[in-house]
Amino acid sequence: MPTATRREFLKIGVAGASALAAAGLGFDDAVAESTKIQQQLRIAGAKELHSVCPYCAVGCSLVAYTRQNSDGKVELLQIEGDPDSPVNEGRLCPKGATAMQLAVSPRRVESPQYRAPGATGWKSVSWDFVLDKIAQNIKASRDATFVATDGNGNTVNRTEGIAFAGGAAFSSEEGYFATKLMRSLGLVHLEQQARV
Amino acid sequence: MTNHWRDIKNADLILINGANPAEAHPVGFQWFMRAKLDRGAKIVHADPRFTRTSAVADTYLRIRTGTDVAYFGGLINHVLQNNLFHDVYVRNYTNASFLVKDGYAFNDGLFSGYNASTRSYNIASWSYDTDAATGFAKRDLTLQNPRSVFQLMKQHYSRYSPDVVSSITGIPVDDFNKVADLVGQMGKPDKVMTIVYAVGLTHHTTGGQLIRSGAVLQLLLGNMGRPGGGMNAERGHANIQGNTDHAISWEILPGYLKIPAPGQKTIADYVAQSAPKKSDPNSWNFFGLNYGKFMVSTLKGWYGAAATKSNEFAFNFIPKPASNASWMTIYDQALKGKMEGLMLSGMTAASIGPDSNQVRQALANLKWLVVMDALPTTSSEFWHAPGVDAGQVKTEVFMLPATHWIEKDGSFVNSGRWSQWKDQVIPPQGQARHDHWILADIFQRVKALYKSGGGKFPDPIMSLTFDYKDPNKPELDEIAKEINGKDLGTGKQMTSFANLKDDGTTTTGDWIYTGSYLDSGNLMKRRAGIQDPKANDPTGMGFYAGWAWSWPLNRRVMYNRASADLDGKAWDPSRPGITWNGKSWVGDVPDYPATMDPHDPAAWLPFIMNGEGVGRLFSNGMVDGPFPEHYEPIESPVANPLHAANSASPVAFLYDKAAGRPDRFGTATEFPYIATSYRLTEHEHYVTQHVPHLVQLQPKPFVEIPAELAGTKGIKSGDRVRVSSKRGKVEVLALVTKRLGPMTVAGQTVYQIGIPIHWGYVGISADSDPSHGRYWLANALTPFVGDANARTPEFKAFLVNLEKI
Repeated sequence: MPTATRREFLKIGVAGASALAAAGLGFDDAVAESTKIQQQLRIAGAKELHSVCPYCAVGCSLVAYTRQNSDGKVELLQIEGDPDSPVNEGRLCPKGATAMQLAVSPRRVESPQYRAPGATGWKSVSWDFVLDKIAQNIKASRDATFVATDGNGNTVNRTEGIAFAGGAAFSSEEGYFATKLMRSLGLVHLEQQARV
Repeated sequence: MTNHWRDIKNADLILINGANPAEAHPVGFQWFMRAKLDRGAKIVHADPRFTRTSAVADTYLRIRTGTDVAYFGGLINHVLQNNLFHDVYVRNYTNASFLVKDGYAFNDGLFSGYNASTRSYNIASWSYDTDAATGFAKRDLTLQNPRSVFQLMKQHYSRYSPDVVSSITGIPVDDFNKVADLVGQMGKPDKVMTIVYAVGLTHHTTGGQLIRSGAVLQLLLGNMGRPGGGMNAERGHANIQGNTDHAISWEILPGYLKIPAPGQKTIADYVAQSAPKKSDPNSWNFFGLNYGKFMVSTLKGWYGAAATKSNEFAFNFIPKPASNASWMTIYDQALKGKMEGLMLSGMTAASIGPDSNQVRQALANLKWLVVMDALPTTSSEFWHAPGVDAGQVKTEVFMLPATHWIEKDGSFVNSGRWSQWKDQVIPPQGQARHDHWILADIFQRVKALYKSGGGKFPDPIMSLTFDYKDPNKPELDEIAKEINGKDLGTGKQMTSFANLKDDGTTTTGDWIYTGSYLDSGNLMKRRAGIQDPKANDPTGMGFYAGWAWSWPLNRRVMYNRASADLDGKAWDPSRPGITWNGKSWVGDVPDYPATMDPHDPAAWLPFIMNGEGVGRLFSNGMVDGPFPEHYEPIESPVANPLHAANSASPVAFLYDKAAGRPDRFGTATEFPYIATSYRLTEHEHYVTQHVPHLVQLQPKPFVEIPAELAGTKGIKSGDRVRVSSKRGKVEVLALVTKRLGPMTVAGQTVYQIGIPIHWGYVGISADSDPSHGRYWLANALTPFVGDANARTPEFKAFLVNLEKI
């Protein structure tokens, strides 16, 4: 019979604290009760991974549990606060605690969508279609609005007619990569959420 | 943050302005409560609304939104007039003793050098009086010279008496005086105060000076650089810190290097115009000295073999903007017909505003719009929003399904600069692709088009380094290594930015992250946390140096040389930052040479990153004044009690006016009530509108209305009301509350209304509403104007009217 480690007990304790308190159990009884609960947990035998909450910038660490089902699909079973973190010590707010509903959602955009000028609806299209078109747009707008030399004769090599904005939901490395690419396309209009 | 979340537990006094951490950062707020419960710290909350934070504060001050410069000004004046500042710290660790040259002046709301036609300052007179021989600033350590920063500052702030502060802020004089007494005690070496703020301070036309006001107060009290002290910005998005550091921001390159300006031809030109300059013989000026090395190493990292000494390391590959190119400028350019394409990722312009209706017009002026997001946004759907005739919108729109945070690895950097690595937990849903794979793929296709068809200046595109196993699918691990940088001679990862060179032999992607990913591995993955506090936090100060990695160099409290006195002893031995043990500095990672003896007459001053070597009470780094000054919001019901002739910021950039568009600012005659916008616990900007549990908790949009005002209009909670500004309207439910109330400001009664942002025409709530959330965008109300320095929009103070529908 498996026994709960300190960390496992903490996890059980957070979820089961109010029920245990209501039952008026003493500490020893609580441990015994938790050990029983553990056997019923959906996460038993699951893969334990680490993440960080996607919402505000407190940076609460998360523990995420997944399992590969018989059809080969990886299922996200549970997200909870990481008890080892010096930032959140296992705690989460209502947003972090419902992060699973952001991670897996029937509201997700499933495939690339295209809306032609003046069209009244979306059209589902292929990745190749949108990426080709966007690349053509970028090149056309870049070439049309590129300023190599300004009115004072200074070399400025800037693309004035394209802007990029976003990044607060990026991993840092994606953000860095976006900066590297956008600056190399000559963009000066570059922005993320720091001001807004 | 100069400090970090867990460090707030070390404070004796916590000033919270422009923030509601109990609501917006509730898990971080545990450290405020630990300070209160474990060490008896006091919490002072100044806010227009009585919030969850106010409910557990020791003192709540109802303050008129946008007047925190006056509030801090009153506190600074109290500290100066009563000699409550930390004397040794102020003389030795700030520029209080520096002399300012003749010509600097301040009269009737204007600093010297103002040009009314350009609405800008020539800041030449905001400079130090320098020694002709050395070029260094003259100093008077007695602080008595009338041209010393200290005396000029004392004079400047003398106007902020408790009565004046009360008249501007609406805070009763007695309440203000009680807080001033508390704050005044924090200049003692064994006391420390922290200031915590969020976008409630930044979202004003005086936003930059609001932050500076807090920093000035903290320097006077000797609280910068100390555990439990500092200026701490609570940031709102999971990785806004990381992606500011990595410079998705028009004015910077990675690591806060300035974007080059037109006219700079060489690295030397660039450094001369961008880097801090040494203004004291004992200033190390570390940033200034190394600026060129950081820049060259970045260029070498980006352009590889194409960056050589003979071509100034491809300096001309970096675009040089003509003028401001920040958030509002993008839409201003689109309104002018000069912006063809916009790519948005994880942020929705239509909801964010300001002036959402004008922004939506701007989106309709684009030739093309790309939205990369996991879920639909008000921008991806703007062309068929309620009331819009889709057939008339000519913008070509692309919606690209991007992956969520949990479908990829990589790091998130929190408000405290802790870069924490996360695993890829699940595979992408549907056809979703990672943002960086989308960008890599697009870039490769653009490159192919230039290769086959030619075009304008393809050089940076052709030579950009793409040293990834699969150029279309770079791994974030590969990019993290690139960001750290390496020695091109040995192939080894750099261990410190101090070793970067300007001869093309080293690379970095972002010098402040050098040291995060060594040959031994990725330090951002480290997990030595509270499972063993004794081993992992030996000083008990909460540094947890083996948990993740924080920039710079894993330092947990910035400017920490200032946590110790002139001899290197902690100001408060019970709360050491770094201390000198006779041979080296121990504690946190020192923000100082590790073995520099503080008794050496040549020892560097404590603030090694700036030219002065000390904290700046007076600064020429701002465009709107070397000292903070209170200006009214652009839309205000009262004239500035200090200088009615220059009531609002004289240098805030007025986009519509400059572009010749009609005026979109309202007056108190038509729009008599002050409004401010904010967030709720269940919300994160706009994405949470897709999360069922959170929508259940906050199902409908509402505005908070003070009970007294609601009474005069016959409005009850649950009634539908229309709130309108010169720019637009919202039609939502009324929540009548005593959390807001009448205030007396400049002798008249004013009311403030509270408006949570979040709702719009996309999401679960909108789907179930008959109007489909047609008039739910809070930012339809907010003004298209921003801070004079940063152009951060004035989301937090504007004028509206209120009607029952």
